[in-house]
Amino acid sequence: MKLTLKVWRQHSPKDKGRFEEYILQNASSDMTFLEMLDALNEQLISQDKDPVAFEHDCREGICGCCAMMINGRPHGPNAETTTCQLNMKAFKDNDTIVIEPWRARSFPVIKDLVVDRQAFEKIMEAGGFVHMDTGSAPEANTLAVPKGKADEAIEAASCIGCGACVAACKNASAMLFVAAKVSQYALLPQGKPEGGKRAWNMVAKMDELGFGSCTNTGACEVECPKGISLAHIARLNREFIKGGFITLVAEEE
Amino acid sequence: MTILNSKIPQGSLSQKWTNHKNAMKLVSPANKKKLDIIMVGTGVAGASAAASLGELGYNVKVFCYQDSPRRAHSVAAQGGINAAKNYRNDNDSNYRLFHDMIKGGDFRAREANVYRAAEVSNAIIDQLVAQGVPFAREYGGHLTTRSFGGVQVSRTFYASGITGQQVLLGSYAALKRQAAKGSVEMYERRQMLEIVVKDGKARGIVCRNLVTGQMERYSANAVVLATGGYGTIFFLSTLAVNSSGAAAYAAYKKGAFFANPSFIQIHPSCIPQMNEYQSKLTLMSESLRNDGRVWVPKDKGDKRSPDQIPEEERDYYLERRYPAFGNLVPRDIASRAAKERCDAGYGVGETGFAVYLDFSDAIKAQGEKMIKNKYGNLFDLYGKITGEDPYKVPMKIYPAGHYTMGGLWVDYNLMTTIPGLFAIGEANFSDHGANRLGASSLMQGCGDGYFILPYTIGNYLADEIKTKKLTTDDQAFDIAEKEAKERIQRLMNIKGNTSALAFHRALGKIMWDHAGMTRSEEGIKEGLKKVDDLEDRFYKDLKITGTTDSMNQPMERALRVAANFEISRLMLRDAMNRKESCGAHFREEHQTEEGETLRNDRDYSYVAAWEYLGERKEPKLHKEELKFEAVEVSQRSYK
Repeated sequence: MKLTLKVWRQHSPKDKGRFEEYILQNASSDMTFLEMLDALNEQLISQDKDPVAFEHDCREGICGCCAMMINGRPHGPNAETTTCQLNMKAFKDNDTIVIEPWRARSFPVIKDLVVDRQAFEKIMEAGGFVHMDTGSAPEANTLAVPKGKADEAIEAASCIGCGACVAACKNASAMLFVAAKVSQYALLPQGKPEGGKRAWNMVAKMDELGFGSCTNTGACEVECPKGISLAHIARLNREFIKGGFITLVAEEE
Repeated sequence: MTILNSKIPQGSLSQKWTNHKNAMKLVSPANKKKLDIIMVGTGVAGASAAASLGELGYNVKVFCYQDSPRRAHSVAAQGGINAAKNYRNDNDSNYRLFHDMIKGGDFRAREANVYRAAEVSNAIIDQLVAQGVPFAREYGGHLTTRSFGGVQVSRTFYASGITGQQVLLGSYAALKRQAAKGSVEMYERRQMLEIVVKDGKARGIVCRNLVTGQMERYSANAVVLATGGYGTIFFLSTLAVNSSGAAAYAAYKKGAFFANPSFIQIHPSCIPQMNEYQSKLTLMSESLRNDGRVWVPKDKGDKRSPDQIPEEERDYYLERRYPAFGNLVPRDIASRAAKERCDAGYGVGETGFAVYLDFSDAIKAQGEKMIKNKYGNLFDLYGKITGEDPYKVPMKIYPAGHYTMGGLWVDYNLMTTIPGLFAIGEANFSDHGANRLGASSLMQGCGDGYFILPYTIGNYLADEIKTKKLTTDDQAFDIAEKEAKERIQRLMNIKGNTSALAFHRALGKIMWDHAGMTRSEEGIKEGLKKVDDLEDRFYKDLKITGTTDSMNQPMERALRVAANFEISRLMLRDAMNRKESCGAHFREEHQTEEGETLRNDRDYSYVAAWEYLGERKEPKLHKEELKFEAVEVSQRSYK
């Protein structure tokens, strides 16, 4: 199949960047989207041009590396599908495809389609863990966890940290990302004791790093390649209120 | 000839680790603050080790090529993690887990290391649960388990089909906690190119900053490689596209011996290659063989759709050949059995290189809801890639390159032959012999990282307190950086016509054909020649565009492919040397009448550790004899 690709090219973080148009003659509906980009890069190399930089690694939808806006949608048109799992069957011969990086103040572009997601790392460092040193754990079956809660916790924990939720949000909020982590821990007895404080700290860090506020439009849930539910944001809000009380009480004391 | 000293402690097998720990030197908390450790790689082994070392008070510098440690390829492990908890009351024990691994590895692993791996397995589950890893539960709220290949107990803990992701995120969270505290410094988007050796000891690394293209120098008192395996040698594999043995190769070039390089696991259940554009293959977890039945038609070239083939015309060949273990035979056996059927003309699918993995009986017996609960995300993954619904149509699967049992040679302390250079997880060779059992890689990675390395590295560092700090303007760093720059310049200067991707694909084909599921003397010789020829072409015809002062992914790949040539030769030479069949290493000349592996314990009961002697030069073989005291060495049988 023949494709017209409008790809965002930006040599470095300081470069202004622009769209460039390429014609790819020999694409195939058997390719995945990233294999199509591989083919584009092979073509660019053969023409002595700089290939398009894009992030990718596992190519099976679990590492969270791949991240691009495809025709204005994070990870393209298919529901619950990462870019690497997107099949070219989703496109037709002679289609024009616009490919650009995540657009969010907190995710500056490094090169072409690659953005800097360090902000997610900083949010995790603010509280995305249980305070527990290696070796201090009790026997694994000491605390029973209701099956329903465990299953829900797995659903929350399946977040791959790709950033599609931020890219989808008109406010570039990281609320779903934060909620998935806070909710996973809130559902489990191991994470509960510091639940409120965790929510408070992670949300504060998210605000500090320039992510916008959540206005409950639900775009994040629609575009999340792992189908993580908005219900986790509701749980985050409950944890956050708890955390607020704890913080206020601590300040009073 | 150097005699490899594996430093196995005295005492009975079950007492060795305890005795060893009791005899180790300690580093006081005040001195730990003065010691620097470099960790390269952030999969479960690297992340868990870095977090644990940070908790202990060492200064840890952590490096990975991705933008976050959470993306390391441990994330893709699906099925589970083993432990000898015996929660099922099915008579499991440390000894039984150890025995299963030794037997599964076809008696080519070091007894003491394997026993220790089993011994620390239970503490891993405790650790992970306390971290908030959401393992699957029974209705009563307690942890549940499932079965994996090569064992007759149920000891595999799991989190749906995303266990690796959950276990990795547990250690990643612990790592992030240390990063926040400042005991761990994170260096993402770095490709390690050289290990710096000073006065015979590993003292630092040189890496390329993948964003700025600049070379960077870091010094330390010890360096740990947790850089995974080299399965991408086949180009198409279940590994991440950027995974490679390049870091292990850099260590090998600096004097670390490389052990059993030809022991590479071909996983039996992967989604078959569908077209020539394909850039990777996707695993379908071994756990599926708990409920899925593997079969092909009894008639050659039967092109009917699977639902049109009645029960009596199906050949459930694993159940037929291995009645005791049925569909849950170890991976090497299941892979070869699939290849045998397909080569004989019984394969299914368009290419004839696939077999069915059929869930219809399990769905009938347990209901679709239960199967969905156990394997839902695996079924979704399969559906997304193939466009077929495995709840209705049997899956089509075929073997693919997956895991490298071989790796850097390490002693009982996980130290390589370069003092101060350690290798953990898949990057070392130590625990899986000639074949790894399912759900034991997460186990080994966590064991090495949480509970073994933090002790053994302390024992080494206790003597390093007196050693002077090495500054990064030392001549050793100048030399290492110069070598790294020259390597890059050499590749950039070729200015030929063929991309690194194309070379990688071509090399992968050679290795799959000549060092894949079966090997022969003639095939290996031919393979060696083809690898040499392709390497010659590589250095004449490689083409890299773009610049080295910013992100240049094809250049990164070219560096990995360059390392792959040498690793390929090493694999082929090792396969040539080992004139026996064991585990995943199947020499056509050495098989039983029934087509099973035929070991030669008299001549090959050793670890083959190879020493680098120069580019294209035949490496030198060192042998570590394997002594079995606690198990009876026998012909492996799963019948």
